[in-house]
Amino acid sequence: MLISIMLNGKKVVDDISPDMTLFKFLRAHGCYSVKCGCETTNCGLCTVFLDEKPVLSCAVLAARADGHKVETMEGLQKEAEEFGRFIADQGAEQCGFCNPGMIMNAIALFREKEEPTDEEIKQYLAGNLCRCSGYEGQLRGIHAFMEYRKNGGATCGK
Amino acid sequence: MLRIKEYVKAASLEEAYELNQKRSNRVLGGMLWMRMSDVQVQKAIDLSGLGLDTIEETDTEFIIGAMVTLRELELHSVLNDYFENTIRDAVQDIVGVQFRNLATVGGSVFGRFGFSDVLTVLLSLHTSVELYKGGIVPLEEFAQMKRDNDILVNVRIAKTPGHFAYLTHRNTKTDFPVLAVSASKTGEEIRVAVGARPMKAELFGAGDLSEESAKKLAAQVKTDSNMRASAKFRSHLAEVLITRCFDKIKDVEKEEK
Repeated sequence: MLISIMLNGKKVVDDISPDMTLFKFLRAHGCYSVKCGCETTNCGLCTVFLDEKPVLSCAVLAARADGHKVETMEGLQKEAEEFGRFIADQGAEQCGFCNPGMIMNAIALFREKEEPTDEEIKQYLAGNLCRCSGYEGQLRGIHAFMEYRKNGGATCGK
Repeated sequence: MLRIKEYVKAASLEEAYELNQKRSNRVLGGMLWMRMSDVQVQKAIDLSGLGLDTIEETDTEFIIGAMVTLRELELHSVLNDYFENTIRDAVQDIVGVQFRNLATVGGSVFGRFGFSDVLTVLLSLHTSVELYKGGIVPLEEFAQMKRDNDILVNVRIAKTPGHFAYLTHRNTKTDFPVLAVSASKTGEEIRVAVGARPMKAELFGAGDLSEESAKKLAAQVKTDSNMRASAKFRSHLAEVLITRCFDKIKDVEKEEK
């Protein structure tokens, strides 16, 4: 079946099989930041924005995204880099595999909430699993980023 | 792996119903549970073009379309103000924001899953479901019905003022609950739903909010063992969580006086 998706600002038209997931569609179109970490709809690594909302692309049929807008980290390079630097500064992650999903969801958080509390941060990012760390480094990185953002330094989440 | 031969975006409820009469066809909810199944689906029926994604408030009830997401339930301020945040409390630990942006109320309720927080909280409220052919059926009745080929159109929660509480025990923050308890006191009626026993949620009544009554009620709750916990532990949790829900309601009542 023929579908058309507005992917990172560009219209992508493709003939797909009805059971193709959005995850597979995105990988097939060069969005390699989107990965499948768990196969059980739990880890948050395949997070993309569907009509501005963060979703697990592994559980969305590409057919359902027909006519909708999808954004991956490939389309959010500037924001991702800006925020990711603060996570890296803390040495928060060891292997880094979970990083793209976490950054995407963090961008979603900052778009929704200007100044989230620690509880709100933890609640929002609870669906992004990291198996190397205890999340403390990420939280420190987020605090540092928020400080930077408060001083007018960031476009991320705006 | 889930295999789908054909994807059909239904143009009307009638079309969805007609298609759903064939056993090999399936209605899609959020597809979060379905994607983990190993089945061959002939036609996947998508209801997302039918305007079932709204929460409507009338003088007597909240009408929640089958395609409303759990995240929308969580963020709906009028609904949550009315039920003292119990609905938010029930859904906010389900996996993550990205999951709840997809999972639908209709999928959760129609599935009548044992682990369902959604079924548990809705049972403790005065909820009914509207089925395309079957009409409006009380949720406690629907929960016991065998899965059939009808289409769940919406979920209706009656506006019954009162006090409400929801508590679960989870092994980790975003896992399925080990046990879920939802209680409501509307007028003199006390309803307690216990879910993840691990069998699907069941509704009980209580005479008052005393510790005695919580204990008595917990003894009636049938539990079982699975990989998350033993039946014995769940029965213990039932007593603790029912008592705490009752305490929470009593506290709000006290504040009111």
